[in-house]
Amino acid sequence: MNAIRFLPSDGLPALLSCLVKTGRRILAPVEKPAVKSSVVFEPWSEGKPLTLQKATVPAKEAVLPQCETLLSYRQTKNADTAALNLDDTPNAQPTVVFGARPCDACGYAVLDRPFLQGPFVDPYYRARREQLVVFTTTCGSGCATCFCHWLGGGPSSPEGSDVLMTEIEGGLVLQSVTDKGAELLNSMPPAAKLADGAPVFRQAEEARKKAWASLLPAPDIKSARQAIAGIFSDANFWQEQTDRCLSCGACTYFCPTCYCFNITDEGDGYEGGQGGRRLRSWDNCMSSQFTREASGHNPRTDKALRMRNRVSHKYSFYPENWGAASCSGCGRCVCNCPVYLDIRAIVLAAIKHAGDK
Amino acid sequence: MPVLEGKELRIVGFLCNWCSYGGADAAGVGRAVQPTDLRIIRVPCSGRVDPIFIVKALLNGADGVLVSGCHPRDCHYSAGNFYARRRLEVLKQFLPVLGIDEARFEYTWVGASEAQLWQHVVTTFTNRVHALGKAPRFDAVEPLLKIADMALTALRPLGTGKNAALPKLKEAIKAKLPELECVIGWQQGYDEARTVPLFARTPQDVDKFVWGPFNVNNPAVYLPTFRGKKVGIVVKGCDARSVVELLQENLISREDVILFAMPCEGTLDMARIGEKLGRYTTVDAVVCDEASITITADGKEHRFCMADFAQGKCYGCATPLAALSDVSFGAPVDVKPVSATPPELALLDSLSLPERMSFWRGQMGKCLRCYACRNACPMCVCRDYCVSDSRDPHWMSQLADEREKLFFQTVHAFHLAGRCTGCGECQRACPVGIPILALRQQIGRVIEQLFESYKAGTDPAAAPPLLTYMPQEKNIHERGWK
Ligand code: SF4
Ligand code: SF4
Ligand code: SF4
Ligand code: SF4
Ligand code: SF4
Repeated sequence: MNAIRFLPSDGLPALLSCLVKTGRRILAPVEKPAVKSSVVFEPWSEGKPLTLQKATVPAKEAVLPQCETLLSYRQTKNADTAALNLDDTPNAQPTVVFGARPCDACGYAVLDRPFLQGPFVDPYYRARREQLVVFTTTCGSGCATCFCHWLGGGPSSPEGSDVLMTEIEGGLVLQSVTDKGAELLNSMPPAAKLADGAPVFRQAEEARKKAWASLLPAPDIKSARQAIAGIFSDANFWQEQTDRCLSCGACTYFCPTCYCFNITDEGDGYEGGQGGRRLRSWDNCMSSQFTREASGHNPRTDKALRMRNRVSHKYSFYPENWGAASCSGCGRCVCNCPVYLDIRAIVLAAIKHAGDK
Repeated sequence: MPVLEGKELRIVGFLCNWCSYGGADAAGVGRAVQPTDLRIIRVPCSGRVDPIFIVKALLNGADGVLVSGCHPRDCHYSAGNFYARRRLEVLKQFLPVLGIDEARFEYTWVGASEAQLWQHVVTTFTNRVHALGKAPRFDAVEPLLKIADMALTALRPLGTGKNAALPKLKEAIKAKLPELECVIGWQQGYDEARTVPLFARTPQDVDKFVWGPFNVNNPAVYLPTFRGKKVGIVVKGCDARSVVELLQENLISREDVILFAMPCEGTLDMARIGEKLGRYTTVDAVVCDEASITITADGKEHRFCMADFAQGKCYGCATPLAALSDVSFGAPVDVKPVSATPPELALLDSLSLPERMSFWRGQMGKCLRCYACRNACPMCVCRDYCVSDSRDPHWMSQLADEREKLFFQTVHAFHLAGRCTGCGECQRACPVGIPILALRQQIGRVIEQLFESYKAGTDPAAAPPLLTYMPQEKNIHERGWK
């Protein structure tokens, strides 16, 4: 099944409100005005302005929220009985991510492997993922920090998306790339303002080609996995690469492919002191607490060792387990880092360093 | 009493064990009639009351908070309430920037035998809170986004530092390098319009040094990590203030650091530059003349005058050349400091209390808790043991709500009270552009007013104001209880 549609420039609100009418939550990029403005995904509702710019924060939230309640409990006590009510229903609702970029969408594919394809399926993640439809805006060009094409992606790569949207003169061409996407497009009523896209599809293809052509040639990083694994114990290398790192969480929390989390039980004061909840919230390997053990011992105290973990996880351990990198090349860890630490430079340095040895 | 009428408000009281708790007890024993809204938490000393306890209570639904300790000069631990007085006064004047009415918070002194005074205090305070009514709930206000006006006038002409003595600096660094672990400064980042910190260990590294308006990072943030080793650091005037503050607090030793100073002509506000260049673009070229920078991005040329695009702090900067240094190029520029409200704070000043709360709700909605703000702060020394990450005690909920996020910002702002030099790194580091500097600026302003124009990081011998006290404070006056 395949659906190609054309949406005129002024048709976005019409399409979105038809999508809302299917009972789905629409997460769309919204520009937040500030001296330094940012673009974040927020639930869209009728009349709310949206933008199709690449967001500052990817919509990872749709499958892995910053914080979610895994379970909550409540105690009820009578004179002679005590009962404990437990609720572990995943917090999930049918959702459309509207206006992701190919690198963000690739993030879903990266998260799917450990959460869905490993020996244990994460029921919370699955509940959200199964109800997710991803509409992705293909990129018009690359930029100074992104490098999807180094990793097999590209400005119109379909990985992780259900519908690709390409801007052409006068509107958007929407192309389904999965059955889920096609079904949803086909189910749209006339009010969605979608016209047949076949006559203009060529223009979309041209725009995509142009975007590809605008990218700088990608270096060959096929040997990255071996190279990084090979210098695992080269402390000096990691130290030099990490000098300026401040050990914050910007690189991981703005990353569409990072998925580490922490679990915290919070009891006090919840449900009037009669209950509690177990929360899962984002965690990051760049923080020293990430590996601090209950005894107080920390096997990974140095920021260089933490950086080694982040880079190795993305370019060596994860590829070893799943056959692809857990980095989509979105560049957010570079441009959001307070010291612009560049993961590309580390990967290239590792390859060079391994070659020199 | 009010309980029965359902009109009781939630007032939290922190009472010291030795005086006020005794006073309250005496009032109870004497059957003095008192309102019942107050919930008392007994603490060893008013000095034990961290201002963040009070902020936590107020953000989490308390309608009022009362702290009561022994009278000054009567502290069971000699000086606990002297410290408390300074902190609590700063807190009181800080609360309005969050949109919280300062009248909802009070601190006072009641002795163990002063049952009548206690009755009077608790009645008066409760009545005051009742007159204000239920406190607005942070999670119930509508978000409001407003932008600070950055159009400012500099105290002196700003420039690009094009003719700075960079070659001489490099020479000087190379000469000192053998005795140093490394020298910290700046080098070009991923494009010509971004610099990143450089740690020069070899003469070849030293050649990578750059100087100019892109040198925004504050290299002082790294100094404590080199404790015990001798390092060099190149500083702008404002960076040197952070170094001085680190010295004031004994976080580094003077013998361990060599400061290389260059006269700074201003640095660029990369937030505003980024807005013009556009998100996710490619910089093709950067050309610089004496007063402006021209950046070509995605084929489009943008000219930035230093006078229009400098960082907020540069406009009021009176120490462009480090006041403390070992090797210095250039003479101090004679600039007369004037006191002006920084732009982020001016925006908050222009809002009403409810608007301020809405403002922070809107801003904190973007926060991802990445703590780049915390870790970029050169004065934040306990970052690996931060209360925000601690589970024991469990100070902050992991819930991703705006209130918890704002709570963290007040924790950071408070831990920086009297220590923050206003370097602006916290705000610069924030990837989503939350103007968190305003919170630090408000505390800075209060500190200046209370402690005779005290400015952090200007005198290596001065004690930070919240780490000391005067038995008789000049500008903190006892409030009457009428
Ligand atoms: S690489 Fe950058 S974003 Fe990541 S922890 Fe280090 S300083 Fe923070
Ligand atoms: S590691 Fe960096 S470039 Fe790769 S996906 Fe994450 S944020 Fe994007
Ligand atoms: S505050 Fe002063 S020393 Fe610091 S960057 Fe601005 S002009 Fe330079
Ligand atoms: S709180 Fe912000 S402005 Fe103050 S010293 Fe820290 S980084 Fe600088
Ligand atoms: S840097 Fe910004 S997003 Fe990150 S924790 Fe601080 S305020 Fe929140």
